[in-house]
Amino acid sequence: MGGVAAIALVLGGSPEGALSSPMSYLRTLGPRADPATVLLWGMIALSLAVVAIIAVAVAAGIVARRRPGSVDSFADLPAQRGTGGLAWFWVGMPLTVIALVGILVWTVAVLATIDSPKARPRLTLEVTGRQWWWQVRYLSDNPAEIFVTANEIHIPTGEPVLVKLVSADVIHSFWAPVLTGKTDAIPGQINVAWLQADRPGRYHGECAEFCGIEHARMGLDVIAESPATFEAWRRGEMRPAVTPSSALEATGEEVFAVHCAVCHSVRGMGLPVVRRAGEHGIVGPDLTHLMSRETLAAGTVPNTIGGLSGWIGNPQALKLGAQMPKTYLSGSELQAVVRYLETLR
Amino acid sequence: MADAVYLAQELPVASLKHNSVGWWGMLCLIATESSLFVYLLFSYAFFAVRFGPGWLPVAHPSLKLALPDTIILLSSSAVIWWAEKGAKTGRRRQHLIGVAATMAMGLVFLIVQALEWKSKTYSITSSSYGSLYFTITGLHMAHVIVGMVILGVVFAWSAAGKFTPRRHTPVLISSTYWHFVDAVWVVVFTTLYLTPYLVNP
Amino acid sequence: MTTAWEDARRPRIVAIDGDFPGARLQRMWETAPGLKGWISSVDHKEIGKRYIVTAFVFLILGGIEAMVMRWQLAAPNQTLLTPEQYDQLFTIHGVTMIFLYSSPILTGFSNFLWPLLLGSRDMAFPRLNALSYWIYLAAGVFIYAGFVTGNGPNDGWFNYVPYAAKTYNPGINIDVYALGLILLGISTTVGSANFVVTFLRTRAPGMSINRVPILTWGTLTASVANLLAVPSVSLAFFLLWMDRQFGTQFFTADKGQPLIWQHLFWMFGHPWVYAIVLPAMGMVSDALPTFCRRPLVGYTPVALATVATMALGFGVWVHHMFATGLPSLALSFFSGASLIITLPSAVAVFAWTATIWTGRPVIRTAFLFFASMIVLFVIGGVSGVMTGSTPVDWQLTQTYFIVAHIHYVLIGINVFPVAGAIYYWFPKMTGRLLDERLGQWNFWTMFVGFNLGFFPMHIVGLMGMPRRIYSYAPEMGWGPMNLVISLGALLFAIGVLLLVVNVAVSLKRGCLAGPNPWGAPTLEWSIPSPPPPYNFAVIPTIESRHPLWEHWLNESPAPSRLTEGLLLDRGRETIATTPFDAEPNLILEMPADSFAPFILSCGLSLGFAATLFHLWWVAALGGLIVIGALVDWFWPRRVHADMEAANG
Repeated sequence: MGGVAAIALVLGGSPEGALSSPMSYLRTLGPRADPATVLLWGMIALSLAVVAIIAVAVAAGIVARRRPGSVDSFADLPAQRGTGGLAWFWVGMPLTVIALVGILVWTVAVLATIDSPKARPRLTLEVTGRQWWWQVRYLSDNPAEIFVTANEIHIPTGEPVLVKLVSADVIHSFWAPVLTGKTDAIPGQINVAWLQADRPGRYHGECAEFCGIEHARMGLDVIAESPATFEAWRRGEMRPAVTPSSALEATGEEVFAVHCAVCHSVRGMGLPVVRRAGEHGIVGPDLTHLMSRETLAAGTVPNTIGGLSGWIGNPQALKLGAQMPKTYLSGSELQAVVRYLETLR
Repeated sequence: MADAVYLAQELPVASLKHNSVGWWGMLCLIATESSLFVYLLFSYAFFAVRFGPGWLPVAHPSLKLALPDTIILLSSSAVIWWAEKGAKTGRRRQHLIGVAATMAMGLVFLIVQALEWKSKTYSITSSSYGSLYFTITGLHMAHVIVGMVILGVVFAWSAAGKFTPRRHTPVLISSTYWHFVDAVWVVVFTTLYLTPYLVNP
Repeated sequence: MTTAWEDARRPRIVAIDGDFPGARLQRMWETAPGLKGWISSVDHKEIGKRYIVTAFVFLILGGIEAMVMRWQLAAPNQTLLTPEQYDQLFTIHGVTMIFLYSSPILTGFSNFLWPLLLGSRDMAFPRLNALSYWIYLAAGVFIYAGFVTGNGPNDGWFNYVPYAAKTYNPGINIDVYALGLILLGISTTVGSANFVVTFLRTRAPGMSINRVPILTWGTLTASVANLLAVPSVSLAFFLLWMDRQFGTQFFTADKGQPLIWQHLFWMFGHPWVYAIVLPAMGMVSDALPTFCRRPLVGYTPVALATVATMALGFGVWVHHMFATGLPSLALSFFSGASLIITLPSAVAVFAWTATIWTGRPVIRTAFLFFASMIVLFVIGGVSGVMTGSTPVDWQLTQTYFIVAHIHYVLIGINVFPVAGAIYYWFPKMTGRLLDERLGQWNFWTMFVGFNLGFFPMHIVGLMGMPRRIYSYAPEMGWGPMNLVISLGALLFAIGVLLLVVNVAVSLKRGCLAGPNPWGAPTLEWSIPSPPPPYNFAVIPTIESRHPLWEHWLNESPAPSRLTEGLLLDRGRETIATTPFDAEPNLILEMPADSFAPFILSCGLSLGFAATLFHLWWVAALGGLIVIGALVDWFWPRRVHADMEAANG
């Protein structure tokens, strides 16, 4: 079995390859994930040892004890009551008990360590799972400092961040493997997770609970930045959107108000929004600072001019089943609205 | 041919009372139906704990209909026991009267339950309590109806003279099922009607 | 065939002498030829074989579904399937393998084997047995009818709400699943009740409960668990169906509790996982020792471990829900329970390994399947232990690591023993041996293909690949490993195909087996292959666990009597015994072949199909057919009073 593992590793790249996958949790970075990762490695080692011992025992038993020569008829093969078999229990069971008790103690210890952060988190986020993207609300005691973004979660390094998980529709599961294991977002209840990144970086995550046809395209990124960089970003996000400064941008804003604002919000937009009853502008992500994000559609499309135009033109071609319908904008409307969106920095 | 050898012991042929496989089958059915109600009551407890005391539409469910109804159903267990005794001792009239009385009591229970349902201010769709209340009591009523059908068949067979003091396995099986239906009601009644008084004194 | 009614008798004890009493029994027990006999047969051997064939067909269908998915996943960003197609595929694959293959295949073997192992002429309730099969078939057809018309279940086999609620899933897909599974639950329940009563009441005289084969312990445990657990899932699906059709508030987010679905599902689901492995473990415990030419090491610990596994199995359902936001005290408790459940499994592993070491193994294909299963079982076991540790599970859950785990459990502990069991018991079923040479190819292809296909799933899971995604981006780095997985799965599929080929070839051309080709110790090998319709010409009397090895083992003071025993020949009769010591206490009259089970299942299926489309009058018609079949079923063909009168 070890051989199989080795073959699989070689074919799949190298152990290093496995570690460097953006979603791999064989190497984690942060106090929420690390203790569990050590336990994971411990259990992998123990598991491989157990498998190796039993595999060798079975294989060696067959080789050592196999009846020599060919057997034509079982009728002549007497059955005997061999002795000493019970010794396997007397040796094996205590070892099993010891291993399990060890794992249990370790498990409970890790659970206690990562249950809650050491320091009181200063930053609390409310992350809402939606089919099929993440709405992220930065909470604050000061209403003016609350803002909403999507899919890309900026956090400061070196401090714990509390994440309140809710769902707007079905069950999703929040998972950024390098920083934290999974916590479900379940409608009707609030689950609390926390994470902490000790080094700046972009940490990828995915929805981990099957949530419908685009479950595969429900990525998120946690972007850990130095506290100063994070604070600058936060200040930027709190600002309302800029007003258009050219005719093309103004046209774009009008197109947006008519065609897009039904589902998307832009804070501080000057134009009245066309919405029917029951529509509330949060079907899709808040776009106030769209250009501060690197991807669109929960990690599906790069946020470039080409990506943006392609996505707005026909979202279903890129993410079949996404809630965003084909917009049927004319070429000039599309150009204008993209121009407008590009101002949302 | 040598002298025939026989088993030392005489064995009854075909189903006989508690040795009947049918009776054991009924115990299996009761086991699985009991667990159905265990899961229903687990769900009830789960909702009650998650939502807290405010979940109940009324703090103290009225016992005006439910308590007499419970007494009627419980007494029917005694009646069916008396009827079974009749079958065991060969008093067919006693058995027939007992079974008929049990079925009548079952019918009364169902009618009172229907009135109880009508008296409720909530519906099966208005709240999760309503959904659970009507589903639990409704499934129990379905079991009462099945019990009455079984008793009806046994009544007909008994009237046709198919049972003797030695051979009356269907009597045994049907009354066992009826006792089960009553026992389930005691648990359901306790959960739905009495525990609210304990939680909200 | 009818004889005068009698109340009691002392059965004669006779020795089998050529055709006596077989010829007379043959006339009484034989099923009529042709379609009529096929539909009305209540012979447990026929029903068992049908179960096995049907379940195997579902295994192949599930395998084809898997291969289509593996094509899609073999490289990043493939577009063979639309997301909706992929979702229905992975769901129907899970539903097929877990509900329509892995339990029914074991039910099939147990159905075929139990009366033979226990020295009985049929199950306690032969017609119920037929009913169980027909409803199983109907439920399978019902669910697949949804799938082939594009209305198959699409929310994964555990069907979490609210995605399964009408708001998010407006089609009939979930209704098909809900009603289909309730229908299947009826089949499982009646089948389980049958096993329980058969175990308790129809063992041969002298076969006390410490002498029964471990397979029967496995199936008994699974059956008891099914009786207690199946209502949970049937209820969950019933409540969901009510939510979807009538607007009840069980699982709705605002007034209900979506989470209770998971509790109800896993309170059933976890015991179910044990129910689909314990009988297979029992097969290994019984058949592996035959090839090692010694009794199983530690019969009593293994039997007790079987029961203990299930008892503990009812207390670990929450380990499927570690990420749902439960308090850490609960997490610690359920972690502990999930780890403790390893102990009884370890007992079985040590017992098998010790049996190899203290025996003299003869290597045959069946033995290779059974012995390799020990290792696959350990791999599935340790990965299960890993998921039992909450903090580790927070990473592992919902990744391909879990997919690897479940396949090591279900293929390792179900498919491999089943393949072994086919090699081992095929001669009993058909009278012919499977080909050994092809068998070795078959085994090695399956073994290598399986490990190549499924071991890397652990690694790709550790690399963070979530399950149930229809596609993935190249930069995730999962591509090469997925290609290996797909190729391994293909090799495994070829291995399964070799098994089918071997069966097809050997049915006609295999070597004749004779009654006991493996020199095995248990009762089924004491009668001809294939067994006559009445199984045992006389009812045997059992004195040890290994009635056919007594001359070697000297286990019992008196030898078991297999060729001399009770003559029960006044109709379809068999013996009923006391539950523990197996003292004879009744002569059972077994029912004749009957159309009632088939008609009842037709009525029931009609009722369910009509309910799906809200055709209430048609559903009522189905109900009437069911009632009609029941009336026929329970019609008192023997009048008890007449019986006493006839005896004076």
